[in-house]
Amino acid sequence: MVFGRIDRPIIFWEDGSSIIDESVTKLKRILEGKPETAFVTEQYMKNYTTIYDMCTQKPPENYSDQLYNKFRGIFEEYAKQTVLPSIMEKHDEYMLREFSQRWDINKIMVKWLSHFFFYLDRFYTARANLPNLNKAGMTCFRDHVYESIHFNAKQVIIALIHKEREDQQIDRALLKNVLDLFVQNGMESMDRYENDFEKFFLEETTSYYSRKASSWIQADTCPEYMIKAEESLKKEKERVTHYLHSDTEPKLIKGVQDVLLVSVAKDLLEMEDSGCSALLRDDKTDDLARMYRLYHAIPKGLEPVSEAFRLHVTSEGNTLIRQAEDKATNNNVVEQDVIRRIIDLHHKYMVYVTECFQNHTLFYKALKQAFEIFCNKKVAGISSAELLAMFCDNFFKKSLNDKSNDESTIESTIENVVKLLDYISDKDHFAEFYRKKLARRLLLDRNFNDEHERTILTKLKAQFGGQFTSKMEGMLTDMQLAKEHHSGFDTYIGNSGKPKGMDFTVTVLTTGFWPSYKTSDLNLPLEMVSCIESFKAYYETKTKHRKLMLIYSLGNCHLNGRFDSKPIELIVSTYQAAVLCAFNNTERLTYQELLEQLNLGHEDLARVLHSLSCSKYKILNKEPATKTISKTDSFEFNSKFTDKLRRIRVPLPPIDDRRRVVEDVDNDRRYAIDACLVRIMKSRKVFSHQQLVSECIEQLSRMFKPDIKVIKKRIEDLIGREFLERDTENPNTYKYVA
Amino acid sequence: MPRSASKTSKKRTQPDSVTSSATDPVPSASSKKKSCKEMDATDQLFYKYANTSSGVIDPEGIEKLCSSLKVPHTDIRILMLAWRMKAARQGYFTKAEWRIALTALKADTINKLKKALPELEKEVRKPLNFRDFYAYAFKYCLTEERQRILEIETICKLLDMVLGSTFRAQVDYFVNYLNNQKEYKAIDMDQWMGFYRFCNEISFPDMINYNLEHSWPCILDNFFEWMRSKQA
Repeated sequence: MVFGRIDRPIIFWEDGSSIIDESVTKLKRILEGKPETAFVTEQYMKNYTTIYDMCTQKPPENYSDQLYNKFRGIFEEYAKQTVLPSIMEKHDEYMLREFSQRWDINKIMVKWLSHFFFYLDRFYTARANLPNLNKAGMTCFRDHVYESIHFNAKQVIIALIHKEREDQQIDRALLKNVLDLFVQNGMESMDRYENDFEKFFLEETTSYYSRKASSWIQADTCPEYMIKAEESLKKEKERVTHYLHSDTEPKLIKGVQDVLLVSVAKDLLEMEDSGCSALLRDDKTDDLARMYRLYHAIPKGLEPVSEAFRLHVTSEGNTLIRQAEDKATNNNVVEQDVIRRIIDLHHKYMVYVTECFQNHTLFYKALKQAFEIFCNKKVAGISSAELLAMFCDNFFKKSLNDKSNDESTIESTIENVVKLLDYISDKDHFAEFYRKKLARRLLLDRNFNDEHERTILTKLKAQFGGQFTSKMEGMLTDMQLAKEHHSGFDTYIGNSGKPKGMDFTVTVLTTGFWPSYKTSDLNLPLEMVSCIESFKAYYETKTKHRKLMLIYSLGNCHLNGRFDSKPIELIVSTYQAAVLCAFNNTERLTYQELLEQLNLGHEDLARVLHSLSCSKYKILNKEPATKTISKTDSFEFNSKFTDKLRRIRVPLPPIDDRRRVVEDVDNDRRYAIDACLVRIMKSRKVFSHQQLVSECIEQLSRMFKPDIKVIKKRIEDLIGREFLERDTENPNTYKYVA
Repeated sequence: MPRSASKTSKKRTQPDSVTSSATDPVPSASSKKKSCKEMDATDQLFYKYANTSSGVIDPEGIEKLCSSLKVPHTDIRILMLAWRMKAARQGYFTKAEWRIALTALKADTINKLKKALPELEKEVRKPLNFRDFYAYAFKYCLTEERQRILEIETICKLLDMVLGSTFRAQVDYFVNYLNNQKEYKAIDMDQWMGFYRFCNEISFPDMINYNLEHSWPCILDNFFEWMRSKQA
C-alpha cells in the first residue's frame, strides 16, 4: 500500500545510495573507535526515511531489491576489505583478540544497519523469501570472515588450552568470547562449534591424556595415579565452566575417563603392591573410596573393581582355609577358631563395602560370591556346616560359664553365625549337626540358657523359614514341658507313699523333634528298674495314648564310689553306671560276662569300658593292662582309686556319628527332591526336562544345593514308580501321571 | 528267541495293549465267506505245533516251527512273528494269536508262511512300526508278574538281536559298557527306549550332539562319559 506522498520528491537510486554510504562510513568509524561524532536523531531519521521512501516508491523507482543487495554488499565489502585482512595480519593470541573484537563490531553493525534498513524486514524479505536483515548480516560475516579464520583460530585455542593444562596462565575470558563466536556462527545449530572446534579439542584431549596415562602408569603407584586422575577430571570440569560450552562437558569427561581409567583399568587395579588387592590388604580406605568414586562415574566401570575385590576376598578366605587345614594336619584336631576368623574376615570386608564402596550392590554381590566359594570348602574332611555347628555349641557352652560375655557380644555372635550360614550351601547339614549338638546341650548339660537358645532360633527362622527351625523349637519346648512332668512325678511319688529309693528324673521328649537315637535293651541294675517302672505308672495316669521309649544312652547318673582312701562321687552316664554297678556283686568280671549281663552291643561296651579303665580315671583295673579293650579282657573294681576332688565327672566320649549325619541328610535330601519334583509336576502338568531341573534346584536352594545327577536319577525313579512319564512325542518333556 | 528259564509257568496277565499301527485286518465280508476249509488249514497248521494237553504252542513247539521254517530259533523273525500276533507270553502262541498273524500274512501252510517272512520283516522295519516292535521286544521278555526290569545279560542278547543289524557299532559298544559297569544290574523300559532314541538321534561314535543336560537316562549319561574316557 502506498500512501499518497504528493509532497515528497522521488528519491533516485544514486542519491539514496550515497546518503546511506555516508552513514555507513560514519558508523564504521565509530565502531572502529576512530574519532567521530555520534549519530543524532536527525541523521537517524533521515536514513530511515530515505530507505522507507525507496522501498515504497512506485516502480521503476522501487528499490527494494537493490537495497537488500546493498545491505548485503556493505557487509561483504567490509569483511573482504577490512575485517578479514585485519585479522589475518595478526597471529596467535593477537589474532584471536582481533577476531573476537571484529565479531563484536559486526554484531553492533548488523544491529544498527538493521534499524536503518528496517522497512525491508516489514514486507520485503518475507515476501521475497529472503533471510531477514539480521540473518543476512550474520551470514555475511560467517561466509567471508569466519570461514577463513576458524581453522587457525582453532589451532591457537587448542595451543592455549594445552598451555593451561601444563599449568600456565592464559586469558580465559578471551577463549570464552571466541568460543561463543563459534557457537553463534552456527546460527541455530551447534554444528560450527562442534565441527570446527569441539571435535579437534576432544581428539587433542584424548591424545594428551593418553600420553599422561602411559607415563603415569609406568612411574606411579595406583593411589598416586588415581589422585592425578581425579585432579585431571576436576580441572577439566572447571575448564568447561570457564570457557567451554556446557554441551562439551559429558563428551570431555567421558573421553578423559576412557583414557585415564577405562583403558588402563587392568594395569591400574592389578598393579603390584599398590593395586586393589594391596589397598584392601593394607586398609587404605581413602584410596579405595577414591577408586570407587572414579569408577562409579563410568558406566560398568565398577565391574573390574568389584571383580578385583571378589578375587581378593576369595584368596584371603582360601588362605584362611588352607591355614586351618595345615594346622589340623599337624595337630590332628580342627580348630574352631577358623569360624571365628571367617567371621572377622567378613566383618572386615563388609566395612569396606559400606564405607568405601557406598553399599553398592555390585560389592555386596562380590562379597557374597567370594564367601560362597571358600565357605563351602572342607577343612580336614569336616564341612563348614559342621564346623559352624561346633562353633555354636562351644560358644553356648562357654557363655554359660563365662559371665563376662555381655548380651551384645552374644547377640552379635549369633548374628554373625546367621550371616555365615547364608553363604553355606548345605544348610540342611548345619541344621542336623546343630540339632544333634543342641540335644546334647539340653540333655547332658543341665544348665542351658533357654533365652540364648531361643534367640538364635528366632534369627534362623527369620532368615531361613519356619521349617528350618521347627524341630529345634520343639526340642526347647519339650524341655519346658519336661519340668512339669518332673514336679508332677515328684508329687506322684510323694502321694503314693512308696519310698522314693533313689533320686530320679525322667525327661520326656517328643520323638519327631529330636534326633533319632537307637534304643538298647540295657539290663539296668535292679535299683534303677523300679524307678523306671514307677515313672511308667505315673505317665500312664497322665496320658494313655503315648508309647514311652527309654533312651539310656542319654542318661546321667551320680554314683557313690566307696574307695579305700575316701568316697568319691562319680558323675557318669547310665551305661557307665550299669557297668560299674555290676561290680557291686562281683569282684571281677570278664568282657564276655559283662556283655551278657548288661545286654549291650560290642561298640558301646568297649567304649564304656575304655572310659572307665584306660582313660584319665581308672575306676576299673583291666587285665591285661593294654591301652585298648579286647574281648578277652577282664576287669576288677579298683578300690585303690582316688583323686584330690570329692566329685568327678567321668566323661564318655560320644560316637563319631559324622558319617551317619551326612548319610541321614543325604537320605532326607532324596525325599526332599522327590517331593519337590512331584509338587512341581503336579502344578505344571507338563514340563520340559531343563525347566524341571532348574525349578527344582531353585526351590531347594534355600536348604541345599542338589546334585544334578541325583535329580536326574530321582526323575527316572519317579518314572519307574509311575508318578511321571515321558511324552511320547517329545522325550525331553515329562507329563504328570495323576 | 530268548527263552525264559524253566520256571513254574505263571500265566501273565495280558500286557497293556501295544498300539500297533500294523493293520489287523477285520475279517471282511468276502473273507468271511471263505470256506471253512481255509480256516481249518490255519488251525491244522496250529495243531501241528501245539502241545496237545495245553492247547497252545509251547517253547518246544516253537522250536519245531523254527526248524520247519529253516530259521534259527534265536532269529529276530520269530520275534517279529510274535509281535505281529501280539503274543502275550514269551515262548507261547495261543490259537487266537496264531490266527491273527497267519491271516494277516495270508499264509495257511508252512511254505506260505516261510515266503511271507521277508514281507513281515519289511513291514516291521518301517520306522513307525519298528519303534513299537522294539518296545514289544522288551515287554515280551518280562515273564514274571509285575516285572519291570530285565537283567543285563538278557538285555545284551536282546539288543544284539533287535538292533544288531541296523546299529551294529552302538550295540557293540553299549553291550561292552553294560558288561563292564557295576552300577546297573538291570534295565527298565524307560532306559530301553532311551537307547533306541540314542541310536536314532545321536551321531556315533563322535556323539557330538549328545547333551548331558538333556533328559537322557542316567545310564546313557554314564555310557557317554565312559565312551569319552576311552576316546581320550
